[in-house]
Amino acid sequence: MGSGAGAGAVGVLVALGIALRETGVPVAPDRVAEAVRAAAELDPTLRADLYWAGRLTLCSGPEHYPRYDAVFDAVFRGEWPRTRRHRPAVVHPRPLAAQAATPPGDGDVGAGAPVPLRSMASGTELLRHRDIGTLTAAERAALDRALAALALPGESRASRRWQPAGRGRVDPHRTVRAVLRGGGEPWRLPQRRHRTRPRPVVLLVDVSGSMSGYADALLRFAHAAARRRAGSTEVFTIGTRLTRVTRELTSRDPTTAMAAVGAAVPDYSGGTRLGSLLARFLDEYGQRGTARGAIVVIMSDGWERGDPAVLAEQMARLSRLARRVVWANPRKGRPGFAPLAAGLVAALPYVDDFVSGHSLAALEHLARVVVGDADGPVRTRSYREVFLDA
Amino acid sequence: MRAEGGLLPAGVDTPAGLAARLAELRYLADDGLATAAFLALKLHRPLFCEGEAGVGKTELAKALAALLDAPLIRLQCYEGIDASQALYDWDFPRQLLHLRAAQAVGVGSVDALEAELYDRRFLLARPLLAALETSPVVLLIDEVDRADDEFEAFLLEVLSDFAVTVPEIGTIRADVPPVVVLTSNRTRDVHDALKRRCYYHWIEHPTFAREVEIVRLRVPAASDRLTAQVTAAVHALRGEGLLKPPGIAETIDWVEALAALGADHLDPALAAATLGAVVKYREDAQRAAAMDLGAAVARAVANG
Repeated sequence: MGSGAGAGAVGVLVALGIALRETGVPVAPDRVAEAVRAAAELDPTLRADLYWAGRLTLCSGPEHYPRYDAVFDAVFRGEWPRTRRHRPAVVHPRPLAAQAATPPGDGDVGAGAPVPLRSMASGTELLRHRDIGTLTAAERAALDRALAALALPGESRASRRWQPAGRGRVDPHRTVRAVLRGGGEPWRLPQRRHRTRPRPVVLLVDVSGSMSGYADALLRFAHAAARRRAGSTEVFTIGTRLTRVTRELTSRDPTTAMAAVGAAVPDYSGGTRLGSLLARFLDEYGQRGTARGAIVVIMSDGWERGDPAVLAEQMARLSRLARRVVWANPRKGRPGFAPLAAGLVAALPYVDDFVSGHSLAALEHLARVVVGDADGPVRTRSYREVFLDA
Repeated sequence: MRAEGGLLPAGVDTPAGLAARLAELRYLADDGLATAAFLALKLHRPLFCEGEAGVGKTELAKALAALLDAPLIRLQCYEGIDASQALYDWDFPRQLLHLRAAQAVGVGSVDALEAELYDRRFLLARPLLAALETSPVVLLIDEVDRADDEFEAFLLEVLSDFAVTVPEIGTIRADVPPVVVLTSNRTRDVHDALKRRCYYHWIEHPTFAREVEIVRLRVPAASDRLTAQVTAAVHALRGEGLLKPPGIAETIDWVEALAALGADHLDPALAAATLGAVVKYREDAQRAAAMDLGAAVARAVANG
């Protein structure tokens, strides 16, 4: 196996695997062996053949190709392997919360003076309605724990798959088995019906500068949603560019997940180009299926740097693809709020539910809206429970 | 156990050789795709192709089937597809008939009867099982991203061991592994475990010159001038940021439509009348109508 590839080619492919892994491309060790096997079938003395043998086996998406090209060149120039050890997989938390804990300099919020939490349990109720942008570090920690407990069960829809049921259509598989057991007499007709699956939920979180007080809490909300509804929730951040963070949010621990998101999102606190980024989302994910039949939640204040007409056009597209479009605007919770931000004005005609999202209570409300049950009970583990074991 | 050249046709021993043979069959593969197909045939690995709609992912499987003179078995994936539609199912009506017949002539032992009922002849082979039992064969698993993730688990056994396990019968294994092509439009990320078993290739839109060649091969009836102009117009449309940028399939459709109307060059009136062959959204049609296609075509033909 691989004897035909030659030691030089093997060295190059192993170095490629290691170097790619360092740039963040997930290369499983068996893929390198696969690359060597492939190279052995081609002409491993040719640069082009080595290139294709490596690319076909080590990359698993077009987004890996630019990194592969760069690494391949570096390996061929002899800059690899370096003597440096492979970086450990520990992610160092980026102090998102610390940066967000100082309220943005709007000044008109009123609750600037921190209200000390007398006790956890009684503090919770107060905390629930406080504007997230004005919380102290200790309150924020309490909020984070409450968000971690939030459940987002989601609407369900009929799947094409079947499950046994007391009533429904006759299930041929189980009927034949029953007939066999009954010696040929169809004495029982077991039935089946379509299973239900959670309806997909897509969360688009604005992480631009104007949202800096809320982005962390909204991402934690997204984390709670993504963890409890794994497989049917997609999370993207929008700022100056669009980043898919669903994978980063799969970690169980919220702090690790937030650190991973911090590392993956390059545009914290930049400007927002909602319209063009929504277009990118729809082009690359939404129209292909991510948004089809889904509940799409946009968490943004609607401050648009670009042309509001573009946003309106993209919102129209989105509303034709999605089952429901929910817009959560943290500024909506402020007294005297009127939807004046140009982007928001353009987008609102295409929004099914327009809610706030500035406090824990508002996020709970949002969770209920997503479920399609705005007036129903909050679905969480009890706060008391969470705070007592904290 | 396997032949030295894998499933490669006689006389093909390099990716370039394979590309030349595919070109004879009117399929033009670039270096990357030819290498991928070469390795897939030689080492019996599935080939996982992703790319925009209409770049020729499905056509590749058809071309490979023609090359190997093998039947093409196609499994179109959709949400909720499950083992009884993709792997195998029992033929219940025939099982019941057999049961009744056995009763009419008097049953021997119940165990023997049950064994008879779960015999291979009552098993309906769905595409995956059918592909394992046919040789040579090209198995096309189309738009695997449309199936739900539970379905990928079924595929793992089929694609790594080329075997299907039926509890009542045992494991059915392919003597010669089929050539497997998986395609995906990337509506969701397919699980890494599945991709790991395959060669992965992302198919790009072709360059202008190559697309002209492809269209010429596919629509030999069209004049060279018409082919070049339409391809140029499609390239211009792709640069316009349409909701659904046209693929090669659309270029071919458009050329065919114009050739059928007897056109030997692209004039604005005919282009507007046949625009529905390339542009499938109202917004896109408006944008295309607002473009000066004539100027774009002249520029592209001059450059290309």
